[in-house]
Amino acid sequence: MGTTDTGIVAGRLPPAEVEANFADLHAPLTRHEALVESDRCYFCYDAPCMTACPTSIDIPLFIRQISTGNALGAAKTIFDQNILGGMCARVCPTETLCEEACVRNTAEERPVEIGRLQRFATDAAMRENKQFYRRAAPSGKSIGVVGAGPAGLACAHRLAMKGHAVTLYDAREKAGGLNEYGIAAYKAVDDFASREVDYVTAIGGIDIRNGQMLGRDFTLTDLTARHDAVFLGMGLAGVNALMTEGEAAEGVEDAVDFIARLRQSPTKTDIGVGRRIVVIGGGMTAVDAAVQARLLGAEEVTICYRRGKENMNASEFEQDLAAAKGVTIRHWLQPLRIVTGAQGTVTGIELAYTQLVDGRLTTTGETTVIAADQVLKAIGQTFEPMGLEVIGLERGRILTDAEGRTSLDGVWAGGDCILDGEDLTVSAVAQGRDAAESIHRTLMAVASPAIVAVA
Amino acid sequence: MADIRNDFVGIKSPNPFWLASAPPTDKAYNVERAFKAGWGGVVWKTLGEEGPPVVNVNGPRYGAIWGADRRLLGLNNIELITDRDLQTNLREMKQVKMNWPDRALIASIMVPCVEESWKAILPLVEETGADGIELNFGCPHGMSERGMGAAVGQVPEYIEMVVRWCKQYTRMPVITKLTPNITDIRNPARAAKRGGTDAVSLINTINSIVSVDLDNFAPNPTVGGKGTHGGYCGPAVKPIALNMVAEIARDPETYGLPISGIGGVTTWRDAAEFLVLGAGNVQVCTAAMTYGFKIVQEMITGLSDWMDEKGHRTLDDITGRAVPNVTDWQYLNLNYIAKARIDQDLCIQCGRCHIACEDTSHQAITSMVDGIRHFEVMEDECVGCNLCVNVCPVDNCISMVSLDPGTLDERTGKIVEPIYANWTTHPNNPMARQAAE
Repeated sequence: MGTTDTGIVAGRLPPAEVEANFADLHAPLTRHEALVESDRCYFCYDAPCMTACPTSIDIPLFIRQISTGNALGAAKTIFDQNILGGMCARVCPTETLCEEACVRNTAEERPVEIGRLQRFATDAAMRENKQFYRRAAPSGKSIGVVGAGPAGLACAHRLAMKGHAVTLYDAREKAGGLNEYGIAAYKAVDDFASREVDYVTAIGGIDIRNGQMLGRDFTLTDLTARHDAVFLGMGLAGVNALMTEGEAAEGVEDAVDFIARLRQSPTKTDIGVGRRIVVIGGGMTAVDAAVQARLLGAEEVTICYRRGKENMNASEFEQDLAAAKGVTIRHWLQPLRIVTGAQGTVTGIELAYTQLVDGRLTTTGETTVIAADQVLKAIGQTFEPMGLEVIGLERGRILTDAEGRTSLDGVWAGGDCILDGEDLTVSAVAQGRDAAESIHRTLMAVASPAIVAVA
Repeated sequence: MADIRNDFVGIKSPNPFWLASAPPTDKAYNVERAFKAGWGGVVWKTLGEEGPPVVNVNGPRYGAIWGADRRLLGLNNIELITDRDLQTNLREMKQVKMNWPDRALIASIMVPCVEESWKAILPLVEETGADGIELNFGCPHGMSERGMGAAVGQVPEYIEMVVRWCKQYTRMPVITKLTPNITDIRNPARAAKRGGTDAVSLINTINSIVSVDLDNFAPNPTVGGKGTHGGYCGPAVKPIALNMVAEIARDPETYGLPISGIGGVTTWRDAAEFLVLGAGNVQVCTAAMTYGFKIVQEMITGLSDWMDEKGHRTLDDITGRAVPNVTDWQYLNLNYIAKARIDQDLCIQCGRCHIACEDTSHQAITSMVDGIRHFEVMEDECVGCNLCVNVCPVDNCISMVSLDPGTLDERTGKIVEPIYANWTTHPNNPMARQAAE
C-alpha cells in the first residue's frame, strides 16, 4: 500500500513495486514453450493469419521454421515483410489481426500465439544482432524521410536496402516515434524501441537528424529541393481539446504527454500521479494511460467514454487488461467541465450522461461529478499540416493513392498522418515499406528509362 | 463384463498384455513393479549362455523420432541381451514366478546356433518354473554380428533347426520370435512351424538409423563419435507389424499358428487391432518405456469396455476376426466408388485438404467459392483417394461416402454397378480371365 495523499504525487509506491508493475506484459516464450506452441500451427493453405496481417508476414512459414529449430530463419521471414517485426510482436492487437484469423479459434477457441512466437524469433535475431540485409550498390539517389516512427523507419530501411541514401528527420530527441514515446512501457521493456531503431538503422545509409521538425526547422519545399524524393511519416502531432471550462487547470494533461514522460523516465518513480484520476477517451491511449497510472499507485482510475463498450477503439484485450489492473471503465459519459479548487487545481470533473437518439449522440440532461485530482485527455490525435504548403488533404489528413503517392510529384506519405492511417504500428510499417518500393520504382525508372526498340 | 483372460498356447494370464523381452523386464525389481501395475505377463529380457555376460555400451543406447509436442513416435536402441549373470536372472525368475503364480513368465533365450548350447540352457530355464520360452531370432544389432539373433532369424533353415532342438529338449511351450528384417515374413514363420514351434511372436525391432547428429556427422545415438544401426520400435512400426502378423495369419501354410503380436502397441486400440488380425495376445515395450507401467490400466479397461460395448465376451470372440477381410489388391472391388465429403460445420478452414489435393493429387477440392474461402469436394474430379481425410486435422470432418449402385459417378460419367468386379476380370488386365460365355 502506497501513499494516498491527494494531489499529483510522485513515489506513491516503493520503487521495487513500480519496477515489478512495469515488467514485461507478456513474458517471452522459453525455447520449450516456443516449440510446444509452434507445433500447434496447422500450416494452413493461403493462411488466414497471413491475410489478416497488414504486412503479410508469412506466418505459417516462420512458425514452421521455429518448430524445426531455425529461429533465425524465422526472423528473416518476418523481417522480409516487416522490419519492425520485433515491436509489432509486442504491440500488435493480435487478437483482432492474425490471432483472430487463426483457424484454431474455430477448432478450439484458442489461437496459436503468433505474436509471442514472432517475438521469440525476432528476439533471437536481435540478441545476436544478426543483420539479414545489406545495402545494394549506391544508387546516387537521396531521399528525405520525415518522422522516425514505424512508417518512416520501415520506409528508410527498405530504401537503404535498395542502395539509396536516406536522411531521416525527426522532431523529437530520439527516433522511434510512438514506439519510443507513445505506447505503454510494459509493452516494450528494456529500452526495446531504442534498440530496435539501432537494429534497423544498422544497415547503414540512414542519416538520422533529431530535433528537426517540419514546419519549424524546414519546409517541404526545402526537402524536395534537397532530395530526389520525400516520404512523410510524421504521424499526428496534435491532440483534440475537450473545449470545456477548466481545461487549462493544473492537473489536466494530454494522455500522450503523460505517456511520453513516463516512457522517458528510466525508473518511473519520478512521475507523479493523482490519487483519483479520470481518463477521458475510449482508445488504446486511454487504456495505456489509465493502466500505467494505476501501476504508479493511483488509488482510483476511471476511464470515461462517451459511447458504449462496443464503440471503444481499445480492443477487448486492452479493456480486460484495464479491468484486471483495477481501472474502472464507465460508458455513456461526456465531459461538461473540469471542477477546480481554491488554488486552481483539479478537484473533479462534471460529466453529462449520454445516449443515442436516432443514431445521434445526445445528452440525457442528467449529470454527475467524479472526484479527481488529475484528468488525462485521450480523445484523439490530430494531424497538423505544418510546412506542407499545397499538399492535398482530405478530412484533415494527407491524401495518398495505394502506393503512398501524395498529390505532389516526388512526395509520398504513410502512417497515421495519411487518410488511410489506421493508428496501428503494423499498418504504418506496411505503408512505409510499400511507399519505399514505389519511390524506388519511380526513381529507377527515371534513372534508367526503358530501352526503346529502334523501328 | 468382458472376460479378457488369456490362454496363449496353454500359458494363462489374467489379460493379454505382456511386456516384451526388453529393458523393462531385465530384473525382478522391474518385473515385480510391472505385475503390481497389472501386466498379464512378461517375457524376461533375453538370457545368454552361461559364462561372462555380454557388455553394453556405456553411452547413449536409445535414439528417437518425435511428433508434435515432442511426443515419442519411434525409438531405436543399441542395447544387447541381458548383461547380468545367467544364474542371477534364473534365481530372480524363479522367485518372481513363485510370487506371482497367476502371471505369465516367459524366458527369452539367445545362445549360439549349436545344439549343445541350447541343450545346456533349456533345463536351467525349465527349473525356474517359467511358463514357456521365446527364441530370440530377431535382435538386429550386436548379437547378429556374433551369429545370433537376426543372423539366425534371417535363415529359415536355422530357425527350423533350432526350434526342433528346443522342442526336443524341453517340455515348455516354444514361441519363436521373428525378425522383420527380411523380405517375406512368411518364410521364417513357415520354417518355425516346420520345426514344431508352438507359436511365433513378431515383430522384433527393425534395422534403423533413427537420426543423424548434424554437428558431428554421426548417427544417433552417438557413442564416442560413432553410431551404429539400432532396432526400431514404438508407434511408428505398428503398421509394419500389423501387416506381418496378418500375412502369417492368412498364409495357408501357417494359418492357425498362434501369434503373439508385437510392434508399437500403445493403447487398447492398437492391441485390439493386433488381436483381430490374428494375434492371440500382444507384447508391449516402448509404450511402457515412454509412460511407465501404469499404461496397462488404460489398455485393460479400454479393451474390456470396447468388448462390452460391442458384445464380445472373450478374446476368442475377436481374435482373427479381421483376417478374412485382408486380401490381395487384385481382389478389391473396382466397382466400389467413394467420394470425399467435407462436413462444413466441422471444417475449420485450414485448407490443407485443398492444397494436398491441388498440389499432389487430383485437383478435386475448391479453395474459393463465390469469392469466399470455402473447401468443398468436386465430385466430378474426386477419385476417392482418402488423402484429404488423412491430412485433415479435425477428426471426422472429412469422410468417405460410398456411392450407391445405380447412381452416377460424376467423374467417370458411368452408373455405379451393383456387382463385385475386380482386376482379375478387368478388360485392361492382359492376364484377365475370360468370363464364361
